[in-house]
Amino acid sequence: MAAVTGTTWTCYDSSTMTSREIYGRTLAELGKTNDRIVGLSADLAKTTAIVHFADAFPDRFFNFGIAEQNMFGAAAGLAKAGLIPFASTMAIFACLRGGEQIRTDICYQNLPVKIIATHAGISFGHAGTTHHCTEDLAVMRSFANMTVIAPADGIETSKAVRACLDIEGPVYIRIGRGFEPPCYENENYDFIPGKAVEMHAGTDLTIICCGIAVLQSVQAAKTLLEQDGLSVRVLNMHTIKPIDKEAVLKAVQDTRRILTIEEHNVVGGLGDAVGSVIAESGKGCVFRKHGIQDEFSLIGYAEDLYAHYGLDANGIISHVRRMMGMEFEADENWEDD
Amino acid sequence: MSIAATEKQRLADLAKELRLNIVDVMTYSGGAHIGGSLSIVEILIMLYFRCLNIRPQEPDWEDRDRLILSKGHAAAGLIPALAMRGYFPLEQLKTFNHFGSPFAMHPDSRKVIGCDASTGSLGHGLPMAVGLGLGARTLKKSFKTVCIMGDGECCEGSVWEAAMALAHFKLTNVITVVDRNRLMIDGGTEEVMALEPFAEKWRSFGFEVLEVNGHDLDQLADAFDRAWSAHDRPVLILANTVKGRGVDFMEGNVKWHYASADSSLAQKARESIGRQEGGI
Ligand SMILES: Cc1ncc(C[n+]2csc(CCOP(=O)(O)OP(=O)(O)O)c2C)c(N)n1
Repeated sequence: MAAVTGTTWTCYDSSTMTSREIYGRTLAELGKTNDRIVGLSADLAKTTAIVHFADAFPDRFFNFGIAEQNMFGAAAGLAKAGLIPFASTMAIFACLRGGEQIRTDICYQNLPVKIIATHAGISFGHAGTTHHCTEDLAVMRSFANMTVIAPADGIETSKAVRACLDIEGPVYIRIGRGFEPPCYENENYDFIPGKAVEMHAGTDLTIICCGIAVLQSVQAAKTLLEQDGLSVRVLNMHTIKPIDKEAVLKAVQDTRRILTIEEHNVVGGLGDAVGSVIAESGKGCVFRKHGIQDEFSLIGYAEDLYAHYGLDANGIISHVRRMMGMEFEADENWEDD
Repeated sequence: MSIAATEKQRLADLAKELRLNIVDVMTYSGGAHIGGSLSIVEILIMLYFRCLNIRPQEPDWEDRDRLILSKGHAAAGLIPALAMRGYFPLEQLKTFNHFGSPFAMHPDSRKVIGCDASTGSLGHGLPMAVGLGLGARTLKKSFKTVCIMGDGECCEGSVWEAAMALAHFKLTNVITVVDRNRLMIDGGTEEVMALEPFAEKWRSFGFEVLEVNGHDLDQLADAFDRAWSAHDRPVLILANTVKGRGVDFMEGNVKWHYASADSSLAQKARESIGRQEGGI
């Protein structure tokens, strides 16, 4: 059992606890068999846990200091030299400070740079808005060639990190601060980028979610079944781009009610990706996007903020109940509110 | 030239009080950037209690001097200093980091009264200071803008873009301070990404560099007085400091960049601050 220690705390059983710890350890494992992997950070090696790779392969790790633009530019250069760079910093500093380097140096040239960004969403709520990141899915989705993944927990992070080696171009993986509870019990499921995982079967409504919202949605679905007799499907849409259109359309057809949940601004993220698939299909359904409603989040510890923004099981349950009372309009009369 | 003994004692007492308040914030908040907050205590006290022309009763007074804490993670130092200066009650610090509080690990200028810029993403402060300097000049106002940066922060390219602009526009109404505590998060500055020859870099960018011991009130007072009357080149105050200064077991130890404390650890920290020379 691996223990993680901070200055004044020790976390036992990190193997099931923290996505970033698992990421760092997985990368260190992969480094043993693939000597083209190099690690990069910008004075956040410890914080993002890429330090495990750095400790194992000091010659293949580069710390750029607090200089994200240089780090992502250099990642492009390393990739051009034939290496596979894994670059880690906090999500906000990756997607916005390094944004143009990622778009122009990495995505435009379709280079195999793998970005593992931590502290995404409002997981670092008490750090304040400069450290929140409710924009990354929107930004990264809009870069051509980029694959965008938001794993549900540590186990899925490990699978995603392995899987991104098989993806030719750039990949962006967003994870939280590292205190997320596990969602999967074990590794016995297929993780295929671009293919949603059904976490709970259902026919009345489908929740399409990613990241921390997956565990909460599954809990909500269980409660709704017990208390309301509602049958709620939960799809873990771990890959936001390319989105699993087939799974979305099947859900529309089977349940006619779709609720998306994301720890992200409702502008430009998972909800919009799902919404476009639905709109382009021409099928009618009740559709709601749930997340941060185009505002900068309040300050507070993540758990308090999740409760406030209704991103916990209780919040999701109320959303589902409200949506069950709604009907989509099948007729052509736009006036009959 | 040095400051009068009574004035010096007053400032030293305030510095000690601020250190104790920082330790309190660390306990209230569940975790704080303690090391880099303790290293700028004398700088903050010198500015808020001696140099800055400000009106806590009128926080938005348009002619006030501005202070941009570009190393925003030292909010645990800035926010109690603002409370001590009378912007809001010290009692309010108890909400630090908690749900709906105005105070987080990085300061929000729309929530924290007296805070001139929302910072926390490193490398943003000096460009904003350039804008304030140009703004003051355009409006023919005489206010100064002081920008406090970390040394690790100077890895960011935007710092040097701003430095170039300060010299180019001859913005002597902006005073740049670097907290040279020689540590960042992953280790020492020279080991992670070497900054030296650091003073020379600033000089070659067109700055007058005043190198001081950033915990020495006389030296700081002198440097700020000179910076306030600069007229041909922008001034950089290169403040050599100790990260974690004042708490013996934190001093110079990178582990204390960010930490939380239970009551016994906080007590140990308070005792160590109490043993410091001078002050209360
Ligand atoms: C753009 C950006 N990248 C990374 C971080 C994360 N971070 C916070 S503090 C810090 C180290 C700061 O070092 P320094 O500027 O020397 O400050 P000090 O040692 O005085 O605390 C880092 C990397 C950040 N806040 N902003």
